Amino acid sequence: MINKTVNNVSEALDGVEDGMTFMLGGFGLSGIPENSIQELVRRNVKDVTCISNNAGVDDFGLGLLLKKKQIKKMISSYVGENAEFERQMLSGELEVDLIPQGTLAERCRAAQNGIPAFFTPAGYGTEIAEGKEVRDFDGKPHIMEKAFEADFAFVKAWKGDEAGNLIFKGTARNFNPLMCGAARVTVVEVEELVKPGELDPNFIHIPGIFVQRIFKGEKFEKRIEQRTVKS
Amino acid sequence: MLDKNGIAKRIAQEVEDGFYVNLGIGIPTLVANYVRDDIELEFQSENGILGMGPFPSEEEVDADLINAGKQTITALPGASFFDSSMSFGMIRGQHVDLTILGAMEVAQNGNIANWKIPGKMVKGMGGAMDLVGSAKNIIVAMMHTNKVGDSKLLKSCSLPLTGVECVTKIVTNMAVLDIVNKKFRLLERAPGVSVEEIQKATEGDLIIEGDIPEMKI
Repeated sequence: MINKTVNNVSEALDGVEDGMTFMLGGFGLSGIPENSIQELVRRNVKDVTCISNNAGVDDFGLGLLLKKKQIKKMISSYVGENAEFERQMLSGELEVDLIPQGTLAERCRAAQNGIPAFFTPAGYGTEIAEGKEVRDFDGKPHIMEKAFEADFAFVKAWKGDEAGNLIFKGTARNFNPLMCGAARVTVVEVEELVKPGELDPNFIHIPGIFVQRIFKGEKFEKRIEQRTVKS
Repeated sequence: MLDKNGIAKRIAQEVEDGFYVNLGIGIPTLVANYVRDDIELEFQSENGILGMGPFPSEEEVDADLINAGKQTITALPGASFFDSSMSFGMIRGQHVDLTILGAMEVAQNGNIANWKIPGKMVKGMGGAMDLVGSAKNIIVAMMHTNKVGDSKLLKSCSLPLTGVECVTKIVTNMAVLDIVNKKFRLLERAPGVSVEEIQKATEGDLIIEGDIPEMKI
């Protein structure tokens, strides 16, 4: 067993610097790496590029980094819930690259799997296809999209063991498994950290080889964006 | 004239036994409330669940279980969770049978715009470009006109496109239409709405053949 554990979030973020590109898991506020985000805020890391499906809300998730103007560029698919984001984008303070959600997922997966580029029909004929190579397959046009390049991937999993094997829960899985091993260093925070052998190898979602550092998150607020209950 | 729930009710009639269905945010989400209960189907939400169930009770609320609109949901028996790549594999690979989504504009050649108003509103496309880029069967659910009364069924879209020549059917508060030979074809009228009123509210070319029946809702 190769032990991937680090003692705390501070050790986990060792080597993080201004100007880096980060991948952050999560959909909305579900499955976001809360502890790593708090630490990025605490360290006041500046001029970073964030690859994340969403940008949090004004006072939680990536919204915390936005508020302190730590983010230079966002690469996302949907940013509708964040007023500060919209303000910074429309005023030109924040660079934004909006890309289709499936393409975002696949660009992570491509980086994880050593595939430099791929073709997808998503976005053909729209402004996001501008400047991209187009090729027909079976008479249908597709655009070429490239794998992401990132310095750190910040991932949230439900359970993990000391070897870095991971299990995700519910729809908090989303982009998290795809970002593991897709950056130079993958940092995972888990709710439960267990000894090797305690997780059934048949039910591992991500094997530890894709993970460099794992730690038990100190606190998970797990905020809900749209609490809807049956009437 | 229909309200949002009426549009959802009419679209629910398009859902067939054995369908996997993706519902967009807004009116499409309401469709789930009106699907016949004598057929088997599963709802897919692109953030990573097949077999999405209704909203939870207070006790069941779980931050790790949401839909693409970030609302808390439940998982039905037989449900499954997966990552975003597999989710869009289901969509791009045409395993999902029916996609229902909203739009700001639809053009008579099947182009759709629903993600951006330059200089004003930029929320992003989310999964919409992937959905309309691959789905075989796309129904647009929307109001026939916008808030200032302008038609949303146009000769060509004025807003940045989400996808090209992809919409097959449109259900609005006034009518059911499909797209043939790069024109809108009127199929049904909403209760109490005349063909003339629909014609007036439709900027794009409209094919009207024979008597247009009223929707059965």
